[in-house]
Amino acid sequence: MTTVASPPRRLGATMRRDRWWIQPVFVVTSLTLFGVYTIIHVILNKHYTITAGGAYLESPMFSPDLPKFFGFNTALPWAFLVLWAPLGLRSSCYYYRKSYYRSFFLAPPSCAVAGAARRKYTGETKFPLVLNNSHRIFFYFATIVIGFLWYDAIRGLFYHGSFGFGLGNAIMLINVLCLSAFTFGCNSWRHIIGGKLNCFSCSDTNRTRHRAWQRVSILNGRHMQWAWISMFTVWGTDIYIWLVSSGAFTDPHHVF
Amino acid sequence: MSETLTAGGTRKLQIWRGDLTSGQLVDYELETEPGMVVLDAVLEIQRSQAPDLAVRWNCKAAKCGSCSAEINGKPRLMCKTRLDHLPADEPITVEPMRAFPLIRDLVTDVSWNYRVNEQITPFTPRENLREGVDVLNGDFLIDQSETDRISEFRKCIECFMCQDVCHILRDHRMHNRYYGPRFMMRIASLDMHPLDGVDRLDQIADEGGIGLCNITKCCTEVCPENIHITDNAIIPMKERVVDQRHDPILKILGRTPNKGRSKPPARSATPEL
Repeated sequence: MTTVASPPRRLGATMRRDRWWIQPVFVVTSLTLFGVYTIIHVILNKHYTITAGGAYLESPMFSPDLPKFFGFNTALPWAFLVLWAPLGLRSSCYYYRKSYYRSFFLAPPSCAVAGAARRKYTGETKFPLVLNNSHRIFFYFATIVIGFLWYDAIRGLFYHGSFGFGLGNAIMLINVLCLSAFTFGCNSWRHIIGGKLNCFSCSDTNRTRHRAWQRVSILNGRHMQWAWISMFTVWGTDIYIWLVSSGAFTDPHHVF
Repeated sequence: MSETLTAGGTRKLQIWRGDLTSGQLVDYELETEPGMVVLDAVLEIQRSQAPDLAVRWNCKAAKCGSCSAEINGKPRLMCKTRLDHLPADEPITVEPMRAFPLIRDLVTDVSWNYRVNEQITPFTPRENLREGVDVLNGDFLIDQSETDRISEFRKCIECFMCQDVCHILRDHRMHNRYYGPRFMMRIASLDMHPLDGVDRLDQIADEGGIGLCNITKCCTEVCPENIHITDNAIIPMKERVVDQRHDPILKILGRTPNKGRSKPPARSATPEL
């Protein structure tokens, strides 16, 4: 006699027949690789700018360039002083929360699949996961970093003061566009800009905020896609700059 | 497993038969017609092979929310799941929802949901929002922009599959601590209503247990009405709770949400299953 209709408690128990485990495996693999790569490059603390031929292209993982900005030299991994904001934004992002709760915490690994047994489930009510409620604080700081990345992308278009364009510029512009689409499609921003209002029509300000909320909602509808795309564009941009600045190949560009 | 098309033919079904004490999957085989849905197959089995098979259904049009079940392990409406969308080379399993007590075969007791619903203060008109709109005398005019946002939640057919798939109820059995996605959404529809006069944020945070939700979005995945339960109801309500309880800047500025709304009447504890 099989009593399958009672709640299964063994991890992974399910009557599903599809390959539900592909998504958690993909998430664990990519987030782990991205995290390890980021930590390694930040600790190495070199090969993050392309300066050959009058260019100035800076990796998004090392922006703003604090040692240059404040005039100090250090071998310490200073980039962590900035990275906490965008990484904090991602780790408290509602989409990434879904991803890592499913894939790393196995709570649950997929829909209608039994999760890891826990003595007591507390969700996001206790430390440290209750800190995810500070998502909007990370958003505020991450927007400052986005501002610096736009500055970097535009500054990179000038080679010794003359306008130019190359593969590196294209990569940096695509990266900052994708990062902006991810950051400004944030659920907290959607709430702050207008979602928190109960009456969209009660004043001119509210009507304006309603229109803004509608625009952000469009981006938010693809938040998952922007989260992944922007993570891979940051990763790709950093790899490109690392390769070019270490002399593996030169950045093809044309100065007008 | 890729979904293969079939034009009728012989299909095998494994239907869960039993009650709270014991039960098992029982094999059935039947001739199917093109276009049949799982409910058609189950009712045909009930007619021709197992007249004592218990199954709840009503409209057969995906609008009453009665025929919720777990088909091949996923919560689905039996009347909305076509046989030719399921793999033809293996039996189709049909089981009752797991988050609720079983009555018999495919029928579960979902009355806990109705007891939770009774905990939520219904729509209560607030003081007039602006000149010319006399809410207290029944002048319920609101702008289309506000209707657009909350009308999505009114599509809910109360099939309770979102409750069934939610791991807090399904795996952790925390029915006495968490209202579930359906009622997060009901509170959201009231909280976002411009003419409602009750502040339910404490309720959704305390008795409702919104902090237990870890946003795995399974409720959204299974919703037959394609309501964006997580993105449009639960996350906005989590953000409103952040406004009220966790945002240090709003605390310093003394900006609290739901000003002008009254607290709901005293509530009892979240019902036990």
